Amino acid sequence: MHTKTIAELSKLLKSKKISSIELTKTFIERIKSFNGSLNAFITITEAQALEEAKKADQLIAEGKHSVLTGIPIAHKDLFCTNGIKTSCGSKMLDNFIPPYDATVVIKLKNAGTIMLGKTNMDEFAMGSSNEHSYYGTVKNPWDVEAIPGGSSGGSAVSIAARMAPAATGTDTGGSIRQPAALSGITGIRPSYGRISRFGIVAFASSLDQCGIFTQTAEDAAMMLNAMCGFDPKDSTSVEKEVPDFTKTLNDSIKGLRIGLPKEFFNNKLDSEISDKIMEGAKVLEKMGATLHEISLPNSKLGIPIYYIIAPAEASANLARYDGIRFGHRCDDPKNLIDLYERSRAEGFGDEVKHRILIGTHVLSAGYYDAYYIKAQKIRRLIKNDYDEAYKKVDVILSPTSPTTAFKIGSKMKNRVNMYLSDIFTVPTNLAGITGISIPCGFVNDLPVGLQLTGNYFEEAKILNVAHQYQLQTDWHKQIPKKYK
Amino acid sequence: MNHDEIRKIAHMARIQITDDEIEKYEDIGDILELAKEIADIDTANIEPMSHPLLNMSQRLRKDEVTEPDQRKQLQAISPSETEAGLYLVPGVFEE
Repeated sequence: MHTKTIAELSKLLKSKKISSIELTKTFIERIKSFNGSLNAFITITEAQALEEAKKADQLIAEGKHSVLTGIPIAHKDLFCTNGIKTSCGSKMLDNFIPPYDATVVIKLKNAGTIMLGKTNMDEFAMGSSNEHSYYGTVKNPWDVEAIPGGSSGGSAVSIAARMAPAATGTDTGGSIRQPAALSGITGIRPSYGRISRFGIVAFASSLDQCGIFTQTAEDAAMMLNAMCGFDPKDSTSVEKEVPDFTKTLNDSIKGLRIGLPKEFFNNKLDSEISDKIMEGAKVLEKMGATLHEISLPNSKLGIPIYYIIAPAEASANLARYDGIRFGHRCDDPKNLIDLYERSRAEGFGDEVKHRILIGTHVLSAGYYDAYYIKAQKIRRLIKNDYDEAYKKVDVILSPTSPTTAFKIGSKMKNRVNMYLSDIFTVPTNLAGITGISIPCGFVNDLPVGLQLTGNYFEEAKILNVAHQYQLQTDWHKQIPKKYK
Repeated sequence: MNHDEIRKIAHMARIQITDDEIEKYEDIGDILELAKEIADIDTANIEPMSHPLLNMSQRLRKDEVTEPDQRKQLQAISPSETEAGLYLVPGVFEE
């Protein structure tokens, strides 16, 4: 049961060949048996899940179900869940029990999904390896000595080890696509403004967007149908019609123009990864798509400006953690400043403190123009590159990550090196467009991810291409041995 | 970046950094070094891009109550003591 896709499970539920209770119990059991070694979940919500599953079975019996009724899912632990701890991977929020649900959580609940639990992540979504969690590193099921990618590592691993059929994530600089690639699954980040961010703990507000991890593009389309849409509670939510993403999955990709950015396929790219990506491109070419070299000349500036813009916004967003209204508070503060300074020093981990300090510095008087404004100008150049590219091609194809999953601890000593993990994903976030990572092969038994990026609000297009690819290949069906 | 600069930034960010741990933050300079390469990029006549929602202005809504009073629930999760619906904090001014 655990290896089936949502599309398959949905049919089995509706035809009453399985019940949501059985399905939910299966996944809860798998989470319990693997979580000790993989550390993908921070909280398991078993009692509530079984309660919800019972209701789902009733709805199905009464014929009042939707396509997702009774499907178990997991939420990254930065989606606020009413009455359930939402830690954001941080000691700062270890005691935080939100009194409300995020809009996405409500939407998925209304669609009939069952919440299995909350997944581990890099603290405040800052990291590319999941080593920055207060709750410990998540392990990659393909090699438990390797990282699963980050920051949504727990969500990615929950799919890779088949502990859940779908899991939510957020992607500020690659935090859905990079762990999807390194864990061998499908992960999509929709366009900025496509999904409400109300109730999602904020990191960098001009870049954050939530999305979904699944086994297949088809499942991602089903999930996005329930997640997307305008929300008056989020001022960055866009009032735009949401198409049925499943409707166009089977469209032919004959004549589709695929762009390959020459800056990404340079001699610095690992040749084994490059080979896998090109094999993937050839599969699409065989189906009638055409390949074109394109240029994104400013994309190499993505990482430098991301590490100005994201920390700047984070330093402002994380100012709310003051030890007063919620979160961690230090003992016996001498005065108000001491309360702030010690609560924050004790509550935040190293990486978060680093980024707050960088952000504070680049926003301070005398540096603001040279760093922050300059970075925002270059951000526009990067966006302009994409505008030009999408005049010539329909989608852009590239590797998702420059490496496969690396060993735990191997990049912790050199921050800049770690930051380069997101070199192919960050430009998408800066422009605000959409991207998906799908499995396209293995190098030394570790999964490689192929990234497709589409223009603003072109999620349906990249899901279509990804689905067509998955009809021709079975990389997305591979499961690490111990978790079959 | 020297220790005095780090201390100054940490104070602006209201994060206590002790003398024992300050060395950990010396690499902030390395990360800013990464950003040096942007200084030479020609951005004359380029407008800064602060977010991806181009041509979008701040949406306004009717001035009406849409949320119920949740003061009790919100204060119930506070690590601070509360009194008469207010949060109690240490004194702002020294005596």
